[in-house]
Amino acid sequence: MTAPAPSGDNSVPALLARNVAQHGNKAAYREKEFGIWQSWTWAEAAEEIDALAAGFLTLGANVGDHIAITGRNRPALYWAMVAAQKAGCVPVPLYADAAAEEIAYALEHCGARFVVAGDQEQVDKIADIRDQLHELDHVIYLDGRGLRKYDHTHMTSYADLQQAGRNANQMAEIEKRTAALGPDDKCVMLYTSGTTGRPKGVVLSNTNVIETSKNSAEFDHLRPGDEVLAYLPMAWVGDFIFSIGQAMWTGFCVNCPESAETMHTDLREIGPTYFFAPPRVFEQQLTNVMIRMEDAGRFKKWLFDKYMAVGRKIGPRILDGEPVSGMERFQYRLADWLVIGPLKNTLGLSRVRVGYTAGEAIGPEIFDFYRALGINLKQLYGQTEATVFITQQPDGEVRSDTVGVPSPGVELKIAENGEVFYRSPGVFVEYYKNAESTASTKDAEGWVATGDAGFIEEGTGHLRIIDRAKDVGKMASGALFAPKYVENKLKFYPDILEAVVFGADREYCTAFVNIDLTAVGNWAERNNIAYSSYQELSQHPRVLDTIEAHVAEVNKSVAADEMLAGCQVHRFLVLHKELDADDGEMTRTRKVRRRIVEEKFDDLIAALYGGQSEIYTETEVTYEDGRKGKITATLAIRDAAVVNAGKVAAE
Amino acid sequence: MKDTVEPYVTDDGRTIGGVLMDMRNITLRFGGVEAIKDISFDIREGEIRAIIGPNGAGKSSMLNVISGFYNPQEGEVWFRGEKRPQMKPYQVARLGIARTFQNIALFEGMTVLDNIMTGRLTHMKSGMFWQALWAGRAEKEEVENREKVERIIDFLEIQAIRKTPVGRLPYGLKKRVELARALAAEPKLLLLDEPMAGMNVEEKEDMSRFILDVNDEFGTTIALIEHDMGVVMDLSDRVVVMDYGRKIGDGTPDEVRGNQEVIDAYLGVSHD
Repeated sequence: MTAPAPSGDNSVPALLARNVAQHGNKAAYREKEFGIWQSWTWAEAAEEIDALAAGFLTLGANVGDHIAITGRNRPALYWAMVAAQKAGCVPVPLYADAAAEEIAYALEHCGARFVVAGDQEQVDKIADIRDQLHELDHVIYLDGRGLRKYDHTHMTSYADLQQAGRNANQMAEIEKRTAALGPDDKCVMLYTSGTTGRPKGVVLSNTNVIETSKNSAEFDHLRPGDEVLAYLPMAWVGDFIFSIGQAMWTGFCVNCPESAETMHTDLREIGPTYFFAPPRVFEQQLTNVMIRMEDAGRFKKWLFDKYMAVGRKIGPRILDGEPVSGMERFQYRLADWLVIGPLKNTLGLSRVRVGYTAGEAIGPEIFDFYRALGINLKQLYGQTEATVFITQQPDGEVRSDTVGVPSPGVELKIAENGEVFYRSPGVFVEYYKNAESTASTKDAEGWVATGDAGFIEEGTGHLRIIDRAKDVGKMASGALFAPKYVENKLKFYPDILEAVVFGADREYCTAFVNIDLTAVGNWAERNNIAYSSYQELSQHPRVLDTIEAHVAEVNKSVAADEMLAGCQVHRFLVLHKELDADDGEMTRTRKVRRRIVEEKFDDLIAALYGGQSEIYTETEVTYEDGRKGKITATLAIRDAAVVNAGKVAAE
Repeated sequence: MKDTVEPYVTDDGRTIGGVLMDMRNITLRFGGVEAIKDISFDIREGEIRAIIGPNGAGKSSMLNVISGFYNPQEGEVWFRGEKRPQMKPYQVARLGIARTFQNIALFEGMTVLDNIMTGRLTHMKSGMFWQALWAGRAEKEEVENREKVERIIDFLEIQAIRKTPVGRLPYGLKKRVELARALAAEPKLLLLDEPMAGMNVEEKEDMSRFILDVNDEFGTTIALIEHDMGVVMDLSDRVVVMDYGRKIGDGTPDEVRGNQEVIDAYLGVSHD
């Protein structure tokens, strides 16, 4: 554990009071409304929060009550979380786009007495399930539009409640409850998304949140005057830490977009200095840029290509503080003036000092693109149970294939089977009303299992995540088998939509590949390759050649890793159909169901290991309307070049 | 049907006031064709009043009479207790009547924001001189009016397309922009000419919600023409049914639904 926070700073309300005292007149929150950025200083925000906290008291809120909050990111909803804490209650942010029954489950599970809802949509969802919720007392809504005719006996508008609070003279009681908040008291409860089974309520204490915010803010040198755009779901632990924990600790300004659709415009207008986005946001931005450049005139295209190449060569080195010659510096300046600067401005990333991505693997070319622009984009690895941070990349040590070094205060250990365990001041208190799960996740010494397998790279100390622990196995030779690691590398090629790698308890690895119809179809069109169906295109010799080259490339990069060298793909085939959720081959969230694919295509797997050069197969498919049909195909099986102890040996 | 002229409160809590507009024995001819034959009805303050009927029944002509675009040969139009003389459309607009069009009439090359700003024109008084200089009253007026427009943009949830030229928008959104422009005039009476035409189910639901919200939040009286019977019956307080230029029914949606003449007009009977 690091040194405890100075006394008095052990709760979010205490930090708020400190911020009011230190920089009361600086902007704390901004929200774009009516086309203009409205802002609130720390002092103004504190007044709003006090009024709402007093309002909660007038409704009879008791210490320890749960107050659920749901809606899009708005300052008033962030205030509601802090107001709940000031009233001695525990805020429980919920996903705004969750279905009524999911919300019902969470509200019932935590026994929330009050809900602060963003608008009519949220109020309606709660009205649908109100009968099941015996403990729910009052709904407070923010945007009253369309709600005037609703029964108001158990419903109040946010502004009215604040007014009631202002009139009630409850400040003494609020001060008392706020002062009583101790380091071990509950700060917030967050529901995990629950990919397996019911969502679990993760309880985080004040220490968890404050210590983590302090450590991570210091790690990245965050400071007052920084700007963030709060656009990710409020129920996600990351947003809670960025927009409340770190914002309160550091005293920087939280900006809320006008609506979800205006996020990119608002991003440009604010120009955040500290920015977080999941890989898909970066991916989408890059795709947009590339498509627009394809349509641009020849001169512009030439300019873009030329100076992006300069950027790619020099940008990352400048970021990493490596020596760069005067000539190169001049070239980068020129590139910045002509291409990079304007591009960053268009993307709204001109001022980003610290950028993070996390959640899933990010393709190296996406990562390199942003680094070439001189954007300090880093990766972190974390989870709700850790109050976000487990590992993160320090400035100057950024790579696309690691998730960084342990965050300050975090200890790591790797179990026998490769699973990553951590222990830190951020480790959660418990799963609410679920002692069994708590015990199976966190041991008596405070070590928490992540469920991911990985290893710590020698020399750099960086953690590399290879796969979900339950998918990692051993090959016949005893070498580590991590299918997802190889599949991700394959999927980084735009031509490849999906890949499934086999090899557990086998001599060598093989793979199924799904081509991406958009990318490959586009390529076929440009190269005058005629095809009549997905199946035909998938078996075209030139397509197979391309995929073979991709697999060989991947093998090279896999071989570079001693531990994983055994996972090189020796033989592969391109599937004649896309893996589909309707056929049960994938989940609805597009994750491959390995076992089902293995069973369904066992003839193909046998052929991969049987040495044939082609295989005839029949596959049952389900059409969208539920009818079943059968497709037949003869699939070519190819061998791919593998790297053997530094030498390229084609089989 | 509520026969009393006393204000009353509807089941869902809205107040319906006195008569806002009264059409008395209106007859409109184009040469020898009688588009509207001796029709009378009223529109009361705060209500949603629909005019329905099969194709060619004279609905749009009726709307054009209300908006002052056509002058009926016979009959009188009373607005807010006064007989309205023959007027040009812009004069009618100044009285507080705004409308949308069946075939969207927006400035395609201008942004959404600018289009909606044109709806504020009747509220701007500064002359061309000051506007060209962007000074004095012109500047102040622009800021005030922009604020009103921004509230409407927020209300209709079109923030994301604020700066987009109208020509690039899909149909459903253009309809919404047109509604925004009409609302910008802060009308006493809002005329909607087939607001749901050509929309899919989801867009219709959105539009219905906006119409109800406009009526509820701003207390705007709304007269609308619509083909989609389901929508009309759900939205409106009272319905006028027209067929071949005549009024064949008038009353609450339930009353109209049970009216034999209306059923005949919609389902069709032989006219011999």
